[in-house]
Amino acid sequence: MARWQGQLIRVDDYRWKIPENYKTGMRVPGLIYASQEMLESICEEQTPEQVANVAFLPGIVGYSLAMPDIHWGYGFPIGGVAAMDIKDGVVSPGGVGYDINCGVRLLRTSLSEAEVRPRIRELINALFFNVPSGLGSEGKMKISQKEMNQLMVEGARWAVNHGLGFEEDLDVTEEGGCIGGADPSKISDRAVKRGLPQAGTLGSGNHFLEVQVVKEIFDSHIASVMGIDEIGQILVLIHTGSRGFGHQVCTDHLRIMEGAISKYGINLPDRQLACAPIESSEGKDYLAAMACAANYAWVNRQCIAHWARESFSKVFGKSPEALGMKQVYDVAHNIAKIEEHTIDGRKLKVCVHRKGATRAFPAGHKDTPRRYKEVGQPVLVPGDMGRCSFIAVGTEKAMADSFGSTCHGAGRVLSRGAAKRSMKGRDVVQELENRGITIKTGSFPSLAEEASQAYKDVTEVIEVVHQAGISKKVAMAIPMGVIKG
Amino acid sequence: MKRAFEIIDHVADVGIVAYGKDAKELFSNAALALFSLITEPESIEEKLQLDLEVSSEDMDSLLVEWLNELIYLFDVERILFSRFDIRSLTRNELDATCYGEGIDSMKHKIKLGVKAATYHMLKLEQNGDGYKAQIILDI
Repeated sequence: MARWQGQLIRVDDYRWKIPENYKTGMRVPGLIYASQEMLESICEEQTPEQVANVAFLPGIVGYSLAMPDIHWGYGFPIGGVAAMDIKDGVVSPGGVGYDINCGVRLLRTSLSEAEVRPRIRELINALFFNVPSGLGSEGKMKISQKEMNQLMVEGARWAVNHGLGFEEDLDVTEEGGCIGGADPSKISDRAVKRGLPQAGTLGSGNHFLEVQVVKEIFDSHIASVMGIDEIGQILVLIHTGSRGFGHQVCTDHLRIMEGAISKYGINLPDRQLACAPIESSEGKDYLAAMACAANYAWVNRQCIAHWARESFSKVFGKSPEALGMKQVYDVAHNIAKIEEHTIDGRKLKVCVHRKGATRAFPAGHKDTPRRYKEVGQPVLVPGDMGRCSFIAVGTEKAMADSFGSTCHGAGRVLSRGAAKRSMKGRDVVQELENRGITIKTGSFPSLAEEASQAYKDVTEVIEVVHQAGISKKVAMAIPMGVIKG
Repeated sequence: MKRAFEIIDHVADVGIVAYGKDAKELFSNAALALFSLITEPESIEEKLQLDLEVSSEDMDSLLVEWLNELIYLFDVERILFSRFDIRSLTRNELDATCYGEGIDSMKHKIKLGVKAATYHMLKLEQNGDGYKAQIILDI
C-alpha cells in the first residue's frame, strides 16, 4: 500500500487538518487527532484518504474526524467520527461498521491482586467454561424467535428481566442498554438465523474477556466515584459486539443502500460508503435495524457479565455482591446516534456515526448517568492483550470539538497476516505467561494475529486525547488473565 | 497457467484476488479462495450438494452477494464447500450447484471465521487474458 501523499495542516500539537479543497467533492475539512510521531504511521497507509472520502457524504457538518487510534477500514476509517444534519444528511451502515455496537463493559471488584493471582488459572478456566467463546461458538441460552424479537426491542433489560444481572447495571450502560426505535420487522430472516445461536457468546478475533489489575490512578476522586479505589484492585473488562447478527444486518442494509445511492443521486468516492438520507425509508429502516443489533449486543455483554460474576462467585465462594462486582460502565464503539450538538453557535440535531470511537459526554450532560453526573461519562479504552487499558471520562471540550467523542482502543498497525508472520516460531502463550498474563483461547492461530506488535501503543493514543482535552484519563490497568475468542 | 487465486493482506482484514478465463471461472475461483481461508480445502469432501440462485444490480455486487451467500451458509448451516458448478451467469444473476459437506470438528480445522464480503476496494476487471477480481473480507 502506497504512502499517503496528501496535504496536512498543523492546527496544534494534536490536531491535523485535511483542507476542504484537498479533493473536489469534500463538503467539510478532515481533522485527525494525533501526535507528530503517530502521524507518520497514519500516513503510511491511505487512511487519511478515507477521512477525506467521508467528507463527501451529504449533510456532514463540522469536520470528518479521526481519532488517534485511526486505522484503515472499509469506506470509513476505523476511529472515524462523522455527524450529519438529520434534515438533509445521510446515514451510512459503513459508518457504523459490521459489528454493530461492538463495545466494552467494565466491572469492578473488591478483590486484590494478592487474592486473585494465586488462583488466576482456576479463575480463567472457570471463565472459559462459563462464557462461550471462539469461532462459530454457540450460546448456552436457547432463544425462540419470539424471545429474539423481544430482546431486539428491550436490549440489556431483557437479560436483566431473565435474571442475568442487576437493575443498576442498566443505569451505567450507554443508552440504558437499549436504543429506541428498534423494529424487528426490518430484520431479515437470515440475520435472525445468524443471531439466534450466537446470543450470549464472546465470539472470536479481537474480542476478549480480561481480568485486570489497577496499576495507576491519575484522578483519585473520579476513580473513587467509579468504585476504583486502589492500586492492585481487580477489574473485569468484556469486549464483544453483535456477532453474526450485526454482520448480517450491515450486509443486508449495505445492499439496500447500494440501490439507494443512484435513487437519491448521491456521489461517492467508495462504494462501501453507501448511504441514504436519514429521513428516507431506507435510512429509517437501517436505523431501526441497527437499533435491533445494538440492543442484541447489549444483551450479549449483559449475559457475559453475569456469567463472569458467577465464575468469580464459584472460585471465591462468595456472592457477586459480596465480591463488590458492580458495573462501572458499558460503552458502544460502533454505532450511529441522533444527538444534539452545537455547531458554529447553532444547536443542531445530528446523526453521529462513531466507527471505532467512543461517546465521551461531560459532567452535567443530560445523557451522562446519574452516578457520573458530576465527573463525566466513563470512557473505556482497551489496549491489546499484552499491554494495558485505560479508563477516562468525557469532557466539555469533547462536546465542543469532537461531537462528544473520543478514541476506542489501540488501533491496528499490522495486518493479521503480517502479525502472524512477525510471531512465527514464537510462543505467544509462553511470552505472555512470562509477563504474568494467563491466557486461554479456543483458537491459537488468531492469538498470534492479536499480538501486541499488531497494535499501536494505547498509552500514546490516550495521551493524545487527554492532551487534546477530549477525554480526561482516570486510571490504567494491566491484564492478569485473558479469555480470547 | 495463471493461478486460480491469491490471498492479500489488509490492515484490518484479509482480501482475495481471483482469476478466471471467463466470468464463471472467476466466480468459482473466488469461492474456492474464500473456503481456502476458512479451512484446508483438501479436507472438504463432496457429501452434499446445494443449488443456489443469487441476484444483484451488477456483476461487481453479484460477486459480493455470491460470497455473502456462501458465508451465510457457512455461519448458519455450518457447511463447507469445495466445488462450484456455475451453471449460468449473467451480469446480475447467478445459478450454481455447490458441493461440500457439513463441518466436522474432528476433521476440519477452522482457520478463520470470515464474516462478510465487502464492497471496499472491490475491483472486477476484464482484459485480454480473462477476468480478475479483488474482494476484501471482514473477519
